[in-house]
Parts: sequence; C-alpha cells; structure tokens
Amino acid sequence: MELKTNSRLEKVLKSGQLAVTSECGPPRSSAPEGIIKKGHLIKNHVDSINITDNQTSVTRLCSLAACVHLKLQGLDPVLQMVVRDRNRIALQSDILGAASFGINNVLCLSGDHQSFGDNPQAQNVFDLDSMQLVQTVRRMRDEGKFLSGDEIKVPPNMFVGAAANPFADPFKIRVPRLAKKVAAGAEFIQTQCIYNVDKFELWMQQVRDRGLHEKVFILAGITPMRSVGMAKYLRKSVPGMDVPEELITRMAGVEKAKQADEGITIAVETIQRLKECKGVAGFHVMAIEWEEKVPEIVERSGLYPRPTID
Amino acid sequence: MIIGEQKPLEEIWGMVKRHKQLTVFGCNTCVAVCHQGGNKEAGILASLLRMKATQEGVDIDIVDGGIERQCEHEFFESARDMLARSEAVLSLACGIGVQFVAMKYGTTPVYPALNTTFLGDVISVGYFTEKCQACGDCVLGLTGGVCPVSRCCKRLSNGPCGGSSNGKCEISKEIDCAWQLIVDRLEALGRLDDYEKIPPLKDWSKDRAGGPRSFKLEGI
Repeated sequence: MELKTNSRLEKVLKSGQLAVTSECGPPRSSAPEGIIKKGHLIKNHVDSINITDNQTSVTRLCSLAACVHLKLQGLDPVLQMVVRDRNRIALQSDILGAASFGINNVLCLSGDHQSFGDNPQAQNVFDLDSMQLVQTVRRMRDEGKFLSGDEIKVPPNMFVGAAANPFADPFKIRVPRLAKKVAAGAEFIQTQCIYNVDKFELWMQQVRDRGLHEKVFILAGITPMRSVGMAKYLRKSVPGMDVPEELITRMAGVEKAKQADEGITIAVETIQRLKECKGVAGFHVMAIEWEEKVPEIVERSGLYPRPTID
Repeated sequence: MIIGEQKPLEEIWGMVKRHKQLTVFGCNTCVAVCHQGGNKEAGILASLLRMKATQEGVDIDIVDGGIERQCEHEFFESARDMLARSEAVLSLACGIGVQFVAMKYGTTPVYPALNTTFLGDVISVGYFTEKCQACGDCVLGLTGGVCPVSRCCKRLSNGPCGGSSNGKCEISKEIDCAWQLIVDRLEALGRLDDYEKIPPLKDWSKDRAGGPRSFKLEGI
C-alpha cells in the first residue's frame, strides 16, 4: 500500500501487521519529565503513542508540547486534538506547528464537555466538529490548502485518525457514523474501550458488511481494569461505556489484592479474541495512569516484539 | 419566545437601594408567559422591594407599572409620564427591553431584574426549554426539524458524540441527546440515508461571532 506520510503507525498498518498504540496523559505541571518517562516505559512495546488533549476537560500540559517531547526522544507520537477549545484558525495553526516538529499522526476528537473538568464555567468553541477536523487535515495534507482555499507551501505530513464508540447510542447509526468519518477522510480509527466483546463483534460484522474495514484501519481500544470498583464506576458513571455484568462478577470474585492481575488477564483475553476478528488492524491499549502495565499486556497478548520499521 | 428568570432579590436590591425613587417596570409579552417579567410580576417584585426597604430602614419610593413590549417605541406612550418622573428604572424585560429603555432615557439609570436565559418554547404549563440560538444559518431542513446548534451540548454538525446514552446527553440525564432525536426523526421521515450526508462547514459569521447583527427592510 502506498504510504502517504512518514508516520511509523501508518507504516506498520500498511505492512499488514497488527499495530499497537498506547496513550499517555500529560502532567498538570510544566515539568516534562513525567511524560518522557511514560514514553520510555512503553516505547519498545508500542508503535506509536497518543498524547491526550486536556482529557476530561481538566487543564494539563498541552498535547502538542508533550508530543514534541516524545518526538525528541525518537518516538512516534499521535497528537490528539479536540475541537472543544480551539476554532478553525487555531486548529489549522496547531496542525502546522505539529507538522513542523515532524509529528506525523493526528487523532481528531470532539472532546469531553467542559462541565466534567476543572473549569466548568469555561466557554466552549466547537467551531468544527471532529468529522470536519478530519476533513480539514486531509485537505491541508492532500490538497495543500487551508480551509480558506489559500495555498500551503509545505503541507503538513499527517496520518489522520478519528475515534469510534461502538457502544454509544443510537446503535443503528454507529456503523453509518463510522462510514461518515471514513468518507470525511479518516485513515485509522481508535475505538472506545471494549468490554462487551460480543457487541463489538456485532459492530465489526456490520463494518465488514459495508466493506469499511478495507478503507480504514481499526484499532480496538483496550483498557485494563484495576479493581471491581473501577469496573462498577465505568459501568455506572461513564456515558457510552458498556461493561457487562459478568465482568463485574468476575472481578468481584477475586480477592482484592489480585483484582488488578485479573483486570490485566481480561485485557489480554480480549486482545487474543479480537486478534481473530477480521477487520481489526491493531490495538490501542489505554492503561490510564498505569502505563507500566502496557509491556506486560502486549507481551502476554503475543504482540511482542514490535516490528522494526526503517 | 424569549425566556427569562428573575434575579435573586438580594442581587436586585444591591443594584437599586442607593436610589430615592424607583419604577419597577414590567414587559407584558414574552417574559410574562414565563411568569417572570410581566406587569403582574412587576407589582409583586415592587411589593417585595418595599418590604425589603422597610426591613433595611431605607427610604425609597417604589412604584410599579408596565407596558406590552419594552422593545418597540410605540408601546411606551402610556408610560411616558411615569418614566419621565423616575429617578431609576428596574426593568423586568429581557436584555433587549432593558437596553431599549436605557437608550430612550439617556440619563436615567436602568437595571435588569431578569437574567435573559434562552429562546424557547412552552412544553407544558410552567416548563420552558431552549430551542434556538439564532445562529443566523438555519439547518433544521437537514436535521429533521431538531436543532443541533441549540440542543446538542457540543453543537455538533455531525453527531452524536460517543457520550450519547439511552437517548440522553453525557452531561446530564435531564438533557435529551439532540442527535438521538435527529436520528429518530430522520427515520420516522424515511430519510435515515440523509444521516450520512456531511454538511458544509458552518458559517459562524452569521452568528454572534460575526458581530452585532441587524436587518433592515428596504422600502419601508
């Protein structure tokens, strides 16, 4: 397959091998050491590393700067960009800025509503939505044009991704929504955390029925649960998250000290099952503030070593 | 119509207590429907302020009145003398009426008794919900008659986001997911295929972002 960018993620995916990505959250401080340390913890076990963009609307060190720190370490960051905080001028500007540092991946997101974060009184922007951001980056890269139509002398070299949540409602438009993102220009998809594997497989069946798996690389989202408390919280309090009752029962059936191990095992089993699911092109392992467990999950899932890319 | 909600009495009192005379002035159209700013509410608020003045030992002459609409010159005729004699006016109109009074009476202090909250409908008696943000570029023809600009918390042109759950928005179980409503409505109209059409980028220059808007009829 023809390569469009210098992205390591794109190269792995187009080589036909299962890709592995992970994510790191930047600190609530101006010190870069934490994010660099997280990057080094997982760098040998993943192809690319997402940097979240003020996730849950809590103010943090910006995604772009954190991506630069990882890039300077020789890693392949995925710049997460939410449209909540920036208008089309700032979004296009930041894309150029990221590309100027050789950042080759962007994940276009709408972003959690600011009411969840540390500044619920903030204005939100939502000038574009995530789908329109995908369109924007593709236009900048492929046509060498700003949204205004003005020429970009050196277009940004970005592999463009988007998110998909197979578990949100209404279910009947979840695949049409993916089709829309693909039509907008998404080249890779990272999904919401998968706990209800049956439902995910049903979604993938519908994805294949429309041939979308041949148009976009789908990375299945995996988040290990640390405790039965986390499982219950995800089930009850996080909109768009689908944690089946049997997983809660399974976590609750293990003594507290071993629940974290059980959560890792569930994550590994999910990956192993989905490796057999046609159309799954890789895994996005989101071990939230638990990055040190990513190597174990990747190794136990048979996804190690990672491919060598020039 | 325009929906407003009365400010807390303490906040209103803080604005007006320095005056010796105050006219509490109702607006008997939109904000009367939501029982917040009509002429009847002006009378009640005036009584509350008189009691407050007595409690605080403040000497202030409070009268009340009102007109049908504070946003048009022609309705002011009946209140001309009352307003001319006023040291200060507490307007129960929306923000439009407050500004109109301020513009008409250049040296009279005018205070808002209401917070103008939204453009909405009357779902049932005493229950009002936001339905429009006057974005200046209506998309209801594309979205099955449900407005994503005013009713989606992220005003997504291509929703729903991943937070839509059982028909409700991620930010509150009290808020319907606008895009669930849009999808349901498109399906009811036999137009679900339209869901996959990607509309052009929204032109926000026609919204507040483009500066204060005006509209002038030619030939009148």
